[in-house]
Amino acid sequence: MSNALKDLLFKMADDALIIGHRNSEWTGIGPMLEEDLAFSSMAQDKIGHAQALYKILNEVLGEADADTLAFKREEKQFKCCQLVEQPIGEYDFSIVRQFLFDHAELIRYDMLTQSSFQPLAQLAKKVKGEIKYHVMHADTFVKQLGKGTEESKARMQSSLNYAWHFALGIFEKSEFENELISENIFAGEEELKKRWLEKITPIIEAATLKVPVTDESKIIYGGRKGFHSEYLKPLLDEMCEVVRTDIDAEW
Amino acid sequence: MYGSTNLSEEDAKRMNSTVEDPEKLEAFESRIARGEKIEPQDWMPVEYRKQLIRMIEQHAHSEIVGALPEGTWITRAPNFRRKLALIAKVQDEIGHGQLLYSAAETLGKTREEMLNDLLNGKSKYSNVFNYPAKTWADIAVIGFLVDGAAIVNQVINSKGSYGPYCRALERICYEESFHLKQGHDNVVYLATGTKHQRAILQDAINRWYVPLLHFFGPPDKMSAHSEKLMKWKVKLASNDDMRNQFLDQYVPKIWELDITFPDPNLKKNNDGIWEFSDPDWNEFKRVINGGGPCNAERIAVRKFAEEAGRWVRQALMNPTEKYVVPLA
Repeated sequence: MSNALKDLLFKMADDALIIGHRNSEWTGIGPMLEEDLAFSSMAQDKIGHAQALYKILNEVLGEADADTLAFKREEKQFKCCQLVEQPIGEYDFSIVRQFLFDHAELIRYDMLTQSSFQPLAQLAKKVKGEIKYHVMHADTFVKQLGKGTEESKARMQSSLNYAWHFALGIFEKSEFENELISENIFAGEEELKKRWLEKITPIIEAATLKVPVTDESKIIYGGRKGFHSEYLKPLLDEMCEVVRTDIDAEW
Repeated sequence: MYGSTNLSEEDAKRMNSTVEDPEKLEAFESRIARGEKIEPQDWMPVEYRKQLIRMIEQHAHSEIVGALPEGTWITRAPNFRRKLALIAKVQDEIGHGQLLYSAAETLGKTREEMLNDLLNGKSKYSNVFNYPAKTWADIAVIGFLVDGAAIVNQVINSKGSYGPYCRALERICYEESFHLKQGHDNVVYLATGTKHQRAILQDAINRWYVPLLHFFGPPDKMSAHSEKLMKWKVKLASNDDMRNQFLDQYVPKIWELDITFPDPNLKKNNDGIWEFSDPDWNEFKRVINGGGPCNAERIAVRKFAEEAGRWVRQALMNPTEKYVVPLA
């Protein structure tokens, strides 16, 4: 059971760390100061979630400490989905990614409040309350920009189409799927995906955008098994730049 | 799109005149002398308004431009503690910018106009942000000493006469004092760390020393002294006084870590006045006029943000969504 739990915690923590990294890149360059602040806040929350999940891995499951797990692992060891690795692009991509990712996060943590693994169930209750606001932010902008101007609508649709098959990669199943379900740790990616589609479809429609057509063969899998896009390695090199200048130093 | 400004029609008409009604001027000045705050709707001399706009606007620009050199290190911060502290700090700076633009708007200039003037070079920001943050130690030095210098300036200005600016500054100083703590903590870790860590800290201090002396502006003997601005409590302390206060507070804290400043003449005299080698004031002028190492880059990044974000702002001008009610 411990391997199944570790797999689940690593993929969630890595997702949060990497999307937090990407969100933090908006600090100083957002379309208006209010959005610098919003993305910066969400980055802090996400990085905090990653830290909390790594702490469970450390304290309950015997892995290294949070800083070591975040700053001293190889690219191959990361289990994040490829959606979160993608560069921030323009604001339309970042907000669409946030929308697709955070709805999945909110439902995932909601499901996890029922987890038989108590440390995760406890954390989920707290994190859920924070992600609620991330989702509110995404929904507001998706609707507003979907219905804004001709340009904003076109940009949002195009980013939604682009991000769609990456987003479906969030739900890539692990080899431990059945074990997680039967042990009541997590109700599974399939269930999560179903609830996610039900949740986001009416919002996309309310934004007067079209839900992209899913082509199973185009879904971008691999992240959960350590296969990443070309963007993760440079991101990690940047993240670990200072640490690597003096690997034994305390910072 | 950000908010409305506060200039009445009558005040707008007066903006180009230089002659003030002597009775109103006297009443205004005696209010200030009594320590009262001037509020947006109150009568004020045109020059007072213009000086305050210039000052608050520059301060606001300094906050958002100042976020850039530090912002590039958020993604490279070496552990969770430092990363979370740095994002929160840079976010505070942006928030200060937002607060200050609002304070300046109460005097009649919109945020768009101010941002446009930043990009076209009409209005300035603090020179200190035209220098690069080359290593992680620069983040420590900026957090401790640049923020320390800013606090000296801001605490003094918070005793000024314009209500909205003073209130913004009080809040800003409160947050800045946390920045100072994280900056100091970071400096102490580096100073008591490995050989490499001490070396990058010393190197950063060497590079930031002159920009820090420049931070408070030219020496009093060189800068035009405005008694009127002092009387109106727009300016409250001289450049030299502020610089001396800064050196007095911060030099000993660096020395006690066995880190030096690159100036053999730096010392405190018996009369409490700090002595130092006169920094190159021609360099100060060169940097102010766009010749610093990072001027072009800073403005280019702001221009990119303005241009890349234009479609978002335009789309928001056409609001179709009502305020979102919190989910719980």
